Amino acid sequence: MSQTNTTQNSIISFFGYLGRWFLRAIESMGDAAVLSAISLAHLFHRPWQGKHIVLQLYALGVGSFIIIAITGAFTGMVLSLQGYYTLAKFGSESLLGSGVALAIIRELGPVLGAFMMVGRAGSSITAEIGIMRVTEQLDALQMMAINPKARVILPRIIAMIIALPILVTMFDIIGLAAGYVVGVELLGVNGGAFIGEMIAKITPMDLYAGWVKALGFGVLIGVICTYMGYRATPTTEGVAKATTQAVVAGSVGVLVLDYILTSFFL
Amino acid sequence: MIRTEKLSRHFDGVVALDNTDIHIKEHQTTVIMGGSGSGKTTLLRLLAGLECPTSGHVWYGNDDLNGMNQKRLYQLRARMGMVFQYSALLNSLSVYDNVAFPLAEHTQLDKSVIHTMVTMKLEQVGLRGFENLMPSQLSGGMAKRVAFARALAMDPEVVFFDEPTSGLDPISAGVIASLIGDLTKRTKMTSIVVTHDVHAGLDIADHVILLWQGKVIAEGTSDVIRHSEDERVRQFIEGRPDGPIPFSRSETSYIEDLLHKPGTVRMS
Repeated sequence: MSQTNTTQNSIISFFGYLGRWFLRAIESMGDAAVLSAISLAHLFHRPWQGKHIVLQLYALGVGSFIIIAITGAFTGMVLSLQGYYTLAKFGSESLLGSGVALAIIRELGPVLGAFMMVGRAGSSITAEIGIMRVTEQLDALQMMAINPKARVILPRIIAMIIALPILVTMFDIIGLAAGYVVGVELLGVNGGAFIGEMIAKITPMDLYAGWVKALGFGVLIGVICTYMGYRATPTTEGVAKATTQAVVAGSVGVLVLDYILTSFFL
Repeated sequence: MIRTEKLSRHFDGVVALDNTDIHIKEHQTTVIMGGSGSGKTTLLRLLAGLECPTSGHVWYGNDDLNGMNQKRLYQLRARMGMVFQYSALLNSLSVYDNVAFPLAEHTQLDKSVIHTMVTMKLEQVGLRGFENLMPSQLSGGMAKRVAFARALAMDPEVVFFDEPTSGLDPISAGVIASLIGDLTKRTKMTSIVVTHDVHAGLDIADHVILLWQGKVIAEGTSDVIRHSEDERVRQFIEGRPDGPIPFSRSETSYIEDLLHKPGTVRMS
């Protein structure tokens, strides 16, 4: 009897914990949406934040180019290797170009590019805003009659939204070039067939799908990472926790959103 | 000029400030003193509008800070300055850019005019020549002086100081304290200083407010506070460990707890 009660209590406690976690997650999502909406509304109000958006675009976009280029190159190379290994079994090596291109443009470019941006730029956004909270820099801005939502959050979200599609396009180009080098120069696939198949099989809708995904991921990462930093508990541990949560929530969010967007574009 | 009406602030059930009514007079230095956790920084943040009260009001003339819209609040803040306890300099900007920041944001002044004004403010705090340093290269005292220069950049009517002398060497603390006193008199600004540095506080104050457990327990001129017969005030300004203000936050002592614990064997 007592053992049954203990088991029942454990189950109730587990579902209670799950329910509370779910409610907290919903509450945070609502809070993040409201904070971002209020911040983005400042895009249409004076003072214009153009200069700060450009500065953030440089920090987030240009600063992330190298890591995006390296990831893109190795993704294209490994796809070419794996694709060749699989296609050679069916004697269809000529399809390598279209296989690599479709995988990179529709899926791997946006998703891996977004992962890299969460890890490299998103975490730095959260940590930077969190530290501004800890060191009272956000309060100092308030006291200087400068709205931190307009000055700190808005430029970072907008920069992320602009930077990610551009970086994903670069990821795609570098990935395809690297795939070409491995497929054609190292593995001996016919260059004409590689390019020809690629051009024949890639439709404008594939390119469009990749860019829409990149745009969606940009919004998602910008919103999550700025929110986590802005609402970080103002302690060293709080900022560390917020940064970890931003990377985890951003990465999982990218995968969930990827599934939703892919289902629309199939 | 600034007054509070039944101002209270609670944090998760803990009372930081309780039904406080104070009056800050124009062109004077008002020093808010009290021990750690007495509610003085909370009061300062409420006066600056950085916190929302649980109940009560903060009045700026006839304007209530509570119901104020953001545009009006920012208009008001353009006439305020604040020196934070840990300086709160913008890490990405140099000393020069930190001091120039409010001028560049809120005025249409020519760069050469801003340069002259920044140089003058840095000269006032003894840091002319350090314009190109970054906040990470400054000592705590220097950072506080830069924060002071930044707070003065717009020639504000009201300046809030949160522990302006804490963590400073005696010379820097003395310079900052005398600067607050001098500038308040010369520029007719209103200074509100939160500190637990009794000597510096009483030296520069025109009006002193003493807080304990979120309530005002004494107020008046420095002389009134110095000669107060209230035991709590005497204990605070004399820095005595024994008195009505307990050092320990625990209700009972650990030894008493142990002695009354069931099973404790007393050795006689």
